[in-house]
Amino acid sequence: MSGILLLEQALNGLQFGLMLFLLAAGLTLVFGIMDMINLAHGSLYMVGAFLAATFAELTGSFWLAVVLAMAGTAVVGMALEISVLRRLYARDHLAQVLATFAIILIANEGVRLIWGPQVPLSAPPALAGPVQILPGLDYSSYRLVIIAVGLAVAVALYVLVTRTKTGMLVRAGASNREMATAMGVDIKLLFTLVFGFGAALCAIAGAMLGPILAVQVGMGESILILAFVVIVIGGIGSIRGALVGALVVGMADTIGRAFIPALLREFLPPQFASALGPALASILIYVLMAAILFWKPQGLFPARG
Amino acid sequence: MRRWTLLAVLALAVAFPLVARPLGWEFYVGFASRIMIYALAASSLNLILGYGGMLSFGHAAFVGAGAYVVGILMAEGVASAWVSWPLAVAAAGALAAAVGAVSLRTRGVYFIMITLAFAQMIYYIAVGMKAYGGEEGLNLPARSSVGFGLDLKDDATFYYVVLGVLIAALYAMHRLARARFGRVIEAIRENETRMEAIGFATHRYKLVCFALGGAVAGLSGALLANQNSYVNPNLLYWTQSGSLMIMVILGGVGALYGGLLGAIALLVLEEVFSVYTIHWQLGVGAILLAIVLYAPQGLAGLLARRRDG
Repeated sequence: MSGILLLEQALNGLQFGLMLFLLAAGLTLVFGIMDMINLAHGSLYMVGAFLAATFAELTGSFWLAVVLAMAGTAVVGMALEISVLRRLYARDHLAQVLATFAIILIANEGVRLIWGPQVPLSAPPALAGPVQILPGLDYSSYRLVIIAVGLAVAVALYVLVTRTKTGMLVRAGASNREMATAMGVDIKLLFTLVFGFGAALCAIAGAMLGPILAVQVGMGESILILAFVVIVIGGIGSIRGALVGALVVGMADTIGRAFIPALLREFLPPQFASALGPALASILIYVLMAAILFWKPQGLFPARG
Repeated sequence: MRRWTLLAVLALAVAFPLVARPLGWEFYVGFASRIMIYALAASSLNLILGYGGMLSFGHAAFVGAGAYVVGILMAEGVASAWVSWPLAVAAAGALAAAVGAVSLRTRGVYFIMITLAFAQMIYYIAVGMKAYGGEEGLNLPARSSVGFGLDLKDDATFYYVVLGVLIAALYAMHRLARARFGRVIEAIRENETRMEAIGFATHRYKLVCFALGGAVAGLSGALLANQNSYVNPNLLYWTQSGSLMIMVILGGVGALYGGLLGAIALLVLEEVFSVYTIHWQLGVGAILLAIVLYAPQGLAGLLARRRDG
């Protein structure tokens, strides 16, 4: 019984981790290439989810809506990069934090003006029920699809970054921007494209997680911090690091929440365990991050050699 | 010239509650206290961020720690400000020293992220304290008692206490910045390697600066708990750290009155916009963005430029 439970939680962790990876991939490239702290990345995730909800209502098809939301969010992201963020690359981190924090405020209120505080978005009806994947284990088919989509995107991204010319340019930019510019890479254009691409990945995560969590204003704030934890653990600028970090954080968070309270009950009086358990589970990933930074101050896979 | 401006501002601040009562502006006395409390919190962050050059993104945790110490002591029956406020300062300072001791091993963006991570841990600990309200927070039955026949329930009295604390803190910061410690800290901000080579224990100086900032933040938290008569985990959420950071940048990084100017600017801006529209964040965000793009030195920088030009 407990083995089944563990497997179920591991699948949940995998699903959450892969979605975190979609967010972290764009964030780590922006951070790595331009040395830019972009707090507004969570806003793109929110915009993607709201766009997906709107398109799903207009077209009646969830999957078409996801594709349209990707395109729409990529356009929003590139417009943001060209109009505002581009001016911030040369500025210090403080200015970047302030400016992108301001963008969060604007994006939250803008979305509230257009859509209201919350919109409904439900999974396609065909995926509403659970499927039996092992005897005794029924698992939500929609979550399985999320895992499949996440894995597919991760593989595609890996091929794109490590096997294509564009990917080579991106890696060159992340490891040494000045040198890449000196070699004739148009970093400005490249970066606008990377930003749009990262925004599209945000939209996938927002649209896929929308039916599970909720499509509401402010949904980007809490997940943004997790995405930052992921890229700091993985090493800023490294896609591989983002993948490993995302899976570690997704697993640790999900499994911690499921098992730490039960584990504590074995050792502590129940009133302590019930108070301490959820808090410990919540801080687990931050402890993990502090520990990793303590021993490897550059993260697990430093992008700059 | 500067001295006269300062005296005029002080006179206005002292006279304000006396004038406000006959005019029926009681609401604004509370609002002014709130501004001064945030000014204190922002100034304490400015000590770390402006003078020390350490980009801490977790300052709300220390404010919240101070607030929770007062709240918890109040719930346990200790209402005296003479006990709970110093304890709030000590607890927040000790917490900052612990966080700083680990975080200061890292540099640059990693420092930003690790301070953020610690603040999130402390936030979740507050959420997990079921005995003290958990996620819901804790209502304070009364404001702290200070003795001497003063009653903090009276908004004007509370205003004067906050004003006194703020003035004392700003004066202490002014002296600290002029003292040897302040000079060393600023020199470390400019060139840490060189200061280390000269023979200064740079890590220790930065840690003391970080802990001092945290301690003052704890004091502002103690005042904030009294102002709101309520503490909850939202005081520690990362967006609160972001707001404090905005106040510092808005007011002027490393300027003595930076925290004060920034707190006034941000809170008044919010208040004015919220009178006209529920979508006030849109206006505040647009103005903040314009300030980053067009006034990189903050309000203090704008004022200074006016004086020079």
